[in-house]
Amino acid sequence: MTSTTTSAPLLAVRDLAVTFGTKGSRPVHAVDQVSFEIRPGQHVGLVGESGSGKSVTSLAIMGLLPRRGVRTSGEVLWGGQNLLEADRKTMSRLRGRDIAMVFQDPMTSLNPVVPVGIQVSEVITRHKGVDRREAADRAEALLRKVGIPDPGRRLGEYPHQLSGGMRQRVLIAMALACGPKLLIADEPTTALDVTIQAQVLEVLKDLVKDTDAALLMITHDLGVVAGLCDEVNVMYSGRIVESTTKDRLFGEPRHPYTGGLLESIPRLDSPRGTPLRPIPGSPTQTLPWSEGCAFSPRCRNKIDSCTTSTPVLEQHEDRQLRCFNPLTEARQEARS
Amino acid sequence: MSMSLPPASGGVDAGLVVDPEVHGVSLWRGAVRRLRRNPTAIVGALIVLAFVVLAVIAPLLTSYEPGSAEWAGDVTPTSVPGPSEDHWLGLDRFGSDMWTQMVYGARQSLVYGVVSTAIGLAAGATLGALAGGFGAVGGRFGGWVDTTVMRCVDVMLSIPSLLLAVSIAAVLGQNSYAVMIAIGTAQVPIFARLLRGSMLSQGKADYVLAADALGLRKGRIVMSHVLPNSVGPTIVQATLNLATAIIEVAALSYLGLGTSDPAVAEWGRMLVAAQDRFDAAPRLAVLPGVAIAITALGFTLFGEAMREALDPRTRR
Repeated sequence: MTSTTTSAPLLAVRDLAVTFGTKGSRPVHAVDQVSFEIRPGQHVGLVGESGSGKSVTSLAIMGLLPRRGVRTSGEVLWGGQNLLEADRKTMSRLRGRDIAMVFQDPMTSLNPVVPVGIQVSEVITRHKGVDRREAADRAEALLRKVGIPDPGRRLGEYPHQLSGGMRQRVLIAMALACGPKLLIADEPTTALDVTIQAQVLEVLKDLVKDTDAALLMITHDLGVVAGLCDEVNVMYSGRIVESTTKDRLFGEPRHPYTGGLLESIPRLDSPRGTPLRPIPGSPTQTLPWSEGCAFSPRCRNKIDSCTTSTPVLEQHEDRQLRCFNPLTEARQEARS
Repeated sequence: MSMSLPPASGGVDAGLVVDPEVHGVSLWRGAVRRLRRNPTAIVGALIVLAFVVLAVIAPLLTSYEPGSAEWAGDVTPTSVPGPSEDHWLGLDRFGSDMWTQMVYGARQSLVYGVVSTAIGLAAGATLGALAGGFGAVGGRFGGWVDTTVMRCVDVMLSIPSLLLAVSIAAVLGQNSYAVMIAIGTAQVPIFARLLRGSMLSQGKADYVLAADALGLRKGRIVMSHVLPNSVGPTIVQATLNLATAIIEVAALSYLGLGTSDPAVAEWGRMLVAAQDRFDAAPRLAVLPGVAIAITALGFTLFGEAMREALDPRTRR
């Protein structure tokens, strides 16, 4: 899983902003100033809690945001082309073939009245131009690849006959059917049981490694990031607040939000009875970025400037950081 | 391919264990299974079945011809002969055998009901699919198609359906085809709106977004994803509309807009004929009236049960 740092980026998101707004109501800046790159074969994580703009970012990359009431700006560069300005035909040819996506809820992401075999093979016929029989053969091979036993029989079954884990495997098979260069996984395990989560992640990991696809993993689960990603971007309230390699992020979180997220994970080696350490407050307690740091109402490291001016994403030694008063090693020591 | 993939089968993935009874079940077959467990559905189905059987084997159930007026001499202005050994339900006011009129009337109602509903379903579903398909995935241009089609349907809907049927039947002349076309046309807006509505809501479903994310063509998304998931309510409505159609056929006949051929037995016309003899022989009005009511009830019960069986929220 070595990142090929030298090659040109596969996907470059520059200054992406997505604003939702209808006439008469205050516009909502769901995503703002988001920039990151994904190189071929690289695994990048996009982490944040609900409402931080992770999913909107992925939908914007795919061009799947509704047209009405949504304004996007910035650039999503794919092979020199800005996908935000591409027409529907170009996007439709790109989706599924070059960039594919796995959604959060396997229960609703499959068509309930069409057998899964047809749903898998229609993607193949669409992008690979093979005949139906060939597509069905490939679909069977794909289902076998994602660890579905007796795939020949499963092809004729309907989604409601499969368990959640199986359905997510089918969706992964569909996403990887045409050998995409980039797979976007939007919380692919959130809707599954913990044991199934591990299996599905394992499948995803192996297949992505096998096909040399790059991966954009969108999740709120730092454990998933730890197992899968090379680079991690942490989002809060629509903006990236910390961006670095996985090892640095886990070894030494600098943004108080990242630090809080890591501390809130219960550890097996801590003595019994140790209270959990949540981040105080709730994600609704944010300051608009225009007035200061959105995280400041919940931040333990808050200083005066946090509420009077807006921090920018800057290079801090080994990482990008958006914070006036980042955690230092000494402070982490003192708290743990 | 590494061989270390965890097998999905095995004890952990409990949800994988498929009920053998459910195995190989599509949405529709599942619905049939639920229908069989529902007493309402069974009652409705029995009524519908009895009605269809009567209609189909009508010639075997009687040795007389409908509308023959063979015994016109036995009917006097003050009395119509009642049930007897030769005539189980007596004679009608023109001197034809009442039982013969009733079973041939069932045949007539079935043909009228099915054909007119089929006309309404075909035309309405086509318009609805056009509007709903374009509206669900068509972008700005699609919205324009949707609006145009639906405003036309709204115009139709603004006229009360019976009035619309009466006008069409009056324009097309007094024959059975006119009645079927009239009643079918009056049903078009219901089917169009229903199918469009469910297509628009299905168009927002996750699996449509997922299909879009896989780069499938718009036409394919509509035909293989949106449409098959939207037809359920329309099919149910067709069953319910059979009941309305049968009543409307009777109503049109009652208004004198049905066929004028005396050899065609029709429940609605029998009601008209019974009117001026109601004091002497009330059964002449009661029998066709009850027949219409029971048939309509049968189709309604069956349609309601079908709606329940196909509704994902009531699925067990």
